[in-house]
Formats: sequence, C-alpha cells, structure tokens
Amino acid sequence: MTLLTLEDVGKSYGAVQALSNVSFQVGPGEIVGLMGDNGAGKSTLVKIIAGVFRQSEGTMRFQDKEVHFHAPVDARKAGIEVVHQDLAIADNLSAAANIFLGRELHRRIAGFRWLDHAAMAKRSGELFNELKSETRPGELVRRMSGGQRQAVAIARTRLADAKLILMDEPTAAISVRQIAEVLALILRLRDAGIAVLLISHRMPDVFDVCDRVVVLRRGRLVANKAIASSSPQEVTGLITGALETA
Amino acid sequence: MSDFSNVRQVSWHSRGFLASQTAYVTLALALLVAAISVVAPEFLSFGNLSNVLTDFSYIGIVAFGSTLVIITGGIDLSVGSSMGLSAIIAAMLFRALGPTAVAAVPGAVLAISVVGGLAVGATIGLINGLLIAYTGLAPFVTTLGMLSIVRGLCYAITNGQGVDITGPEANLFFRLSDGTLLGLPVPLLYLLALGVMMGLLLHHTARGRYVFAIGGNERAAALTGVPVQRVKTGVYVLSGLTAALSGILLGGWLGSVPANLADGYELRIIAASVIGGANLLGGVGGPLGAIVGSALIEVIRNGLVLARVNTYWQQTVVGAIIIAAVLVDRLRSRRLGQ
Repeated sequence: MTLLTLEDVGKSYGAVQALSNVSFQVGPGEIVGLMGDNGAGKSTLVKIIAGVFRQSEGTMRFQDKEVHFHAPVDARKAGIEVVHQDLAIADNLSAAANIFLGRELHRRIAGFRWLDHAAMAKRSGELFNELKSETRPGELVRRMSGGQRQAVAIARTRLADAKLILMDEPTAAISVRQIAEVLALILRLRDAGIAVLLISHRMPDVFDVCDRVVVLRRGRLVANKAIASSSPQEVTGLITGALETA
Repeated sequence: MSDFSNVRQVSWHSRGFLASQTAYVTLALALLVAAISVVAPEFLSFGNLSNVLTDFSYIGIVAFGSTLVIITGGIDLSVGSSMGLSAIIAAMLFRALGPTAVAAVPGAVLAISVVGGLAVGATIGLINGLLIAYTGLAPFVTTLGMLSIVRGLCYAITNGQGVDITGPEANLFFRLSDGTLLGLPVPLLYLLALGVMMGLLLHHTARGRYVFAIGGNERAAALTGVPVQRVKTGVYVLSGLTAALSGILLGGWLGSVPANLADGYELRIIAASVIGGANLLGGVGGPLGAIVGSALIEVIRNGLVLARVNTYWQQTVVGAIIIAAVLVDRLRSRRLGQ
C-alpha cells in the first residue's frame, strides 16, 4: 500500500507554469525529503497536498483513494497535517493550550461546558513523552526553545492522529543543538508509523533522517532516489542544474 | 541529544501572575493606599471610601469590555459615546413608559428600559465588530468613527437637553443603580460579579481561550479552526454591553442623563485597561487588571484632591502613571530577555 500518490500533478497560475508532471509516492512511515532551489515549486506542491490550492492537472491519491481537497480542512480530515515554517502557534498560550487549540476538551459543570485543563495537560504530557521531548504542558510557548516549539507543533499533529505530516523548513533559524532535537522528533514520528514529507534547504538534515529524496527544479521533478544510493554532491548538482537528471 | 540539562523550570518569581504587570500594579496600588492613608487619614473614612469605590466601578465595568477587545489586539474608542446613548435611550424609555399600561406590571417599565439601553450598547458593538471582523477595517478608525456618530446621536435625539429619570418606578431605578447592599455601593457589586464572570469566561471556556489566541497569533488561530471573525465580533458586542450597563448606572447615580454623559471617558477606560496590564499589541490582559487599573486611577485622583493639589494636575499625573506602568513592564521583559 502507498500512502500518498501523485500522478502528473501540475499547477499553473495564468500563463506561469509553476509545476508540471510531478509524480512520486510516499509510503506509510517513510521520511521523504523534498528539495529544490527557491522558486522550484516546493511550496506550491506542499500547498496542493495540504489542500490550500487545487492542482491544475494530474491526480492525487491518499490511501489508494483519489482525493480532491477544496480547503485545508479536507486534507486534515483525510489525515494530512502541516507543520508550518512559523509553526502557527500562539506564544502567549501554554503548550497544552496550543496543542488543543480549536479542539479543546470540556467537562460539564452546572450545565455549562468548561475547559478540562487537567485532561488536556495530561494528554499533552503523554504526547511530549512519546516524542521524548522535555516540554512542560503548562509552560508558556514564549519561554520555549526553538526545539520545544517544534515539539509543540508536532504534538498537535499527533493529537489529530495524522498519517502524513508535511514539515516546512523545520530546522531553519534554530541552533545546531535544537536541530538535533527536531530531527529526533521526526524519527519518533516514523517509529509511530507516520510518514513525513520534509521540506528543507539543509542537506545534512535530509541525509540524516530521510529514506528518500525528491528534487524539484523549475517546477519539474528531476530526481526521486533512495538516500542510500545518492550523495549530497549529486543532490546539490540536481538542485542547481549542474546535473540534468539522476 | 537526549539529555535536556539546559531545560529547566523558570524560577517561581519570574513566571505566572507574580511576573505580570497586573501584579506589580496591584502592589503599587497597595503602597499608594497605605501612603495616602498616612498623609490624609480622611481617605479611609467610610464616606470617602464609598465614593472612591463607586466612582471607579463605572470605569472598571467598561474596562472589562475594553480589556477583552484589547486582548484580541483591537481597541474600542466608542465606549464613552455608547455609555451616553445607552443611558439616554434607557432614560427616555423609562419616562415614556411610565404613564402607559405597561406600568401596571411591577418592574416592567424598569426592565424594558434597562434591556432597551443594553440593546443599544450591544448594537453599537455589533456594528463595530462586524465592520472590523468581516470587512477588515482597522479597529482604531472604525471605533473612532463610531465615537463621533454615537455622540452626535446623543445630541440629536435630546436636542442637547438632559433627560431626567422620572416616573413611578424612579426610586426602584435609583435603588438598583445607586443604592447599597450590606453597606457596599451596588455599582461595586456589579463590578465584582462581572469580574468573576469575565475571569471564568477567559480562563475556563474555549471562547475565552480563543480571545487570547487571536491576540497572540491571529493567523495561527485561524489555521487551527478558531472562528476568528465570530469571536472578534463577540468581544466588541461585550464591550458595547459593558458600556451600556455602566452608562445606565451612571445615569441612575446622577438622576438625570445629560447629552454629554461620559464624554471623553474612553481614554480613562483604555488607560485603566492598559495600566492594569492589558497589552495593546494583544494577547495579554484580564479582569483583575481592569479592576486594579481603574482603582489606581481613581485613588490617585482622590489622593490628589485630599492632598489639596490643584485638580488640573490630575490628568498629567494619570498620564505619567500610564507611561510608568508600561515602561516598568518593558524594562522587566528586557531583563528577562523576552
């Protein structure tokens, strides 16, 4: 079984062809790196998978069923979650409040629905334990390190029980130590059987954790290789165009 | 990679309530009360305290609504005008219904008048909220326009004349708006009851949490499925409602509603919210801050009077307190490296 299948997916904005004939697959529990220069079509592709845009051509299948996402909420319902580059978390709220934002747990007292703080803190603690991240559910996100913030954003996707997580540049703008923390989180997701599509500019990250790398150049797929049979030099060549195809 | 020795709990004195602006403004208020009591012992007299508590309640009640708006990152400049128009409509209904058959049912005239006044405030808030949340107009400009529109209506429908609160149930009106219960002025009791309700709403319901989330990161709130537009509209409606209640209470205290009732109050109300710790950038604030901020302003005004300082200095001092409160918060945040 494959989890996500793209067949000849293309996207044009008026006369501009941002993406054409992109086909690849992501299996369950697989970590796939998506690389390419600025303007290569990475974010367009991610937005199509996440339901932000609809593709102009081609088909997308998820869990072997053809899917048509009209809005991000459709993708989320199917089991695809996005960890945005800016993480989309409110840093004046606690970690637990962010994880449960928009799907709070309640209990009924005197006919009213009140937030069930204890249950949300407990579940958040379990998620952080699962991710082996030392993050306190009650702590304000404002006071957290970049790695802990990523853990909050990732824990949120775990709560939704996602099957595929799209991660947009999770290691940009954080320290080396925190990068290691984030990469460990990604491996934890794989251990839980969750597939990750990792969009990254950082070659070492992709070679550290990914099973496969997909390279886009000028809206076309130029490589789809197992990490074991490629090298950073080759991928750099593919990204820049020094190598035509692999 | 799996040792997190660099991650530690923040020490107790620099997190939670104790680290908030509200906490040290509360401390400042306590010190100020102590200082004034020593300098001017008449401050603690029953009559004076009762006056201070009544006066600050009118501002404090509206500061609740204003604080809610400020937490979402908005601002409501129309509250002073809303207080005026709501009180005028309530007083007009009260006078007009007095001689009619409605008066046969005890309390009916009062109930209809008060509900009518509250509906005016809620409607003004609803229009503000819809314009801001759904068409994306800037809160400052929208509510500035509304300030002018509503104040204009106050003068137009009264022709600039005050509206006396007269009628068979006038005494009931005064008892409920300006009486005392267990020795406490009733406006203070409304303030405390509303404060508890606002605390429950903000910290123990999903709606309240959304108010904070919108102020912290509106885009994130929208992405996670928070009904941003509905929540934003809601806070302006609540702001209009608190303004209406306060305006009606103020009318009951005066016994007559002048066309310029609460003219310019919006600045005192916003000042109270900000001194109490509401952050105009959004995401921070609460009912305790609104109460403490309003109380601090009133205690300073009262203290200056008791100290026989020329009353013209009041505004200057209040302005200095506003800047001092946010400045201390800024310096503290910088020290904590936030």
